[in-house]
Amino acid sequence: QDLSLPNGTPVDTSSPASSSSLLNRLQLDDDLDAETRDLFVTVDDPKKHVCTMETYITYRVTTKTTRAEFDLPEYSVRRRYQDFDWLRNKLEESQPTHLIPPLPEKFVVKGVVDRFSEEFVETRRKALDKFLKRITDHPVLSFNEHFNVFLTAKDLNAYKKQGMALLSKMGESVKYVTGGYKLRSRPLEFAAIGEYLDTFSLKLGTIDRIAQRIIKEQLEYLVELREYGPVYSTWGALEVELSEPLEGVSACIGNCCTALEELSEDMTEDFLPVLREYILYSESMKNVLKKRDQVQAEYEAKLEAVALKKEERPKVPTDVEKCQDRVECFNADLKADMERWQNNKRQDFRQLLMGMADKNIQYYEKCLTAWESIIPLLQDKPETK
Amino acid sequence: MEDCLAKKVEITVSEAEKRTGRNAMNMQETYTAYLIETRAVESQSEGQCAPVDSLWRRYSEFELLRNYLSVTYPHIVVPPLPEKRADFVWHKLSADNMDPDFVERRRIGLENFLLRVASHPVLCQDKICYSFLTQEGGWKEMVNETGFQLKADSRLKALNATFRVKNPDKRFTELKHYSDELQSVISHLLRVRARVADRLYGVYKVHGNYGRVFSEWSAIEKEMGDGLQSAGHHMDVYAASIDDILEEEEHYADQLKEYLFYAEALRAVCRKHELMQYDLEMAAQDLTSKKQQCEELATGTVRTFSLKGMTSKLFGQETPEQREAKLKVLEEQIQEGEEQLKSKNLEGRDFVKSAWADIERFKEQKNHDLKEALISYAVMQISMCKKGIQVWTNAKECFSKM
Repeated sequence: QDLSLPNGTPVDTSSPASSSSLLNRLQLDDDLDAETRDLFVTVDDPKKHVCTMETYITYRVTTKTTRAEFDLPEYSVRRRYQDFDWLRNKLEESQPTHLIPPLPEKFVVKGVVDRFSEEFVETRRKALDKFLKRITDHPVLSFNEHFNVFLTAKDLNAYKKQGMALLSKMGESVKYVTGGYKLRSRPLEFAAIGEYLDTFSLKLGTIDRIAQRIIKEQLEYLVELREYGPVYSTWGALEVELSEPLEGVSACIGNCCTALEELSEDMTEDFLPVLREYILYSESMKNVLKKRDQVQAEYEAKLEAVALKKEERPKVPTDVEKCQDRVECFNADLKADMERWQNNKRQDFRQLLMGMADKNIQYYEKCLTAWESIIPLLQDKPETK
Repeated sequence: MEDCLAKKVEITVSEAEKRTGRNAMNMQETYTAYLIETRAVESQSEGQCAPVDSLWRRYSEFELLRNYLSVTYPHIVVPPLPEKRADFVWHKLSADNMDPDFVERRRIGLENFLLRVASHPVLCQDKICYSFLTQEGGWKEMVNETGFQLKADSRLKALNATFRVKNPDKRFTELKHYSDELQSVISHLLRVRARVADRLYGVYKVHGNYGRVFSEWSAIEKEMGDGLQSAGHHMDVYAASIDDILEEEEHYADQLKEYLFYAEALRAVCRKHELMQYDLEMAAQDLTSKKQQCEELATGTVRTFSLKGMTSKLFGQETPEQREAKLKVLEEQIQEGEEQLKSKNLEGRDFVKSAWADIERFKEQKNHDLKEALISYAVMQISMCKKGIQVWTNAKECFSKM
């Protein structure tokens, strides 16, 4: 049974340091949200559905909550990727001033990747679980009405068909429709965020390439090792006294092969997807920054227009006031989200990189055990015949 | 085992030096000379430091010594020399004979060769061997004066030439088969090992790229920066560590190579037996046919076809005097042949006995040495794993501080 923290992130129990990291994480979470956790969401149990028109996978989405916004304390629904994609689009539409977490890539090249393989489905499940947990953690997004429906509705398709005409209870309604306004200059703090995101996604891209290269080199190394081990066996068959030692070395190399295979698999399934997720995250964040620029540009343009008309209206017209509100709200939401994002990013990467180090340590420990165990076999003196 | 040279004298090949000189065709050449130092062991036990004798030899002189030993002691599995040219290299290793790493490994190989010869109960007693270690000038002439080249059987050189031996000693046939298989499997092993080394090198070196990118990334981070930066340093350490690891592994490869070449020496002994047996069988066959000819001449019956017989039928019989003369010649030849056959038989049996004794000695040595080699290989792997654990544990700690 996988242990999880209340906010849903799994606990790494393989290392003795995990208890202290557990503590760290709990403290950070307490700093983030003053309220105690009252919403828990999990994605699990992937199932394949075969229909006449198509084959697809659904995932079970389980919710446990004490929030008043939910009629029941528990829900369990089945959702497919399409549904997650719909949710994300809805969130972007209805919460344009916030950073919406990314989804794993939609399209997969058929023939290259098996969409129904265990590894692919599991990687996707983890990403979808992360996606919902990030929304759950967010003080504004978690109260979004579409999110609520996503978690609770038995028939999501019927709700989808109702379209955009639904007025939310929260007060945000129409999309921020902005014309093609050009912003003269980004305020310093947002420019800094933009620059940061540019460099950040660049570095992540480099790390992704390095990690892929390492996996490739490891697999080529594995190919050679697989030929290397059996040669010792062949030799052992020729010999009498050396037969057991040589067989021992052969078996040892075989064990190292298995360990290496496991390392490469882990890196492919656990490390690379998270890197890619963050690259997608950066991209969507840059888009939000652009939207913010748009809103500010519209405000500045309208303000300028009023200034040119001079004395006619002594008071600032209401639509310009509304623009000003929008800008200030956007800036505030974005700043708060950025701070939250930075903190989560630090935790995520800390966990990711520690995980990478751990996997390499485990690989070497497995190999060490294998080689240490054959030393007595090699030193063994045979009985004189 | 009598006191062999190795117990009385400490032998080292301590230095290698590049030299230029003129070769037999008066063309300038560059070669490496090796310094052989010998020091008597006995006087050391008295607390004194014995004087060191030294002389310089080049690879071709070692080759000459070995050729002399192979020819003079065909029943001995003569220790092999380190390879003439770098073989089974993985990409980073140089295949150049002048490369300092190659020269260094060759120096060690030559020292090993001398130690093997000096600790062999038979070879260490050879005078040419002793003068190789002690007499710099005139040694080459001394070797050539032994006339060993004349004794060398050119047929042995064509180690793969086939000739039919009717009754070889089964043990030698099996042993020859074993040496063939051993050569094949060790060659295969060395080839794959070189490829494995190549790939492993690649894996480690790519990790060095993490060092750079973590450093660049840390520049835009606040709290994460220090952890990333120091972890990157450990990735650089990891990438650099492979050079020493693989250099150490070359020693293991050299140990395997020694036995690859030893297999050839083993095969040569088996071949020698085959040749002797073949000569014996040919001599016996020749004797038998001569005896038959004798009988035919004496009784007048022709049982075997001979051109002489046909021509004499066509062109007339021989005179009784001629026949008498022929018989006498044949009888002399038969007597000679019987004596030769006797001595050949004896020779053959002696060879088998002494060769097999050395083969048993060799087998024990081989089993001991290869076991030691495997143990040291396992120890190398263990050390590599421990280094890996150390580096990644350090990196993990850096990451935990992010």
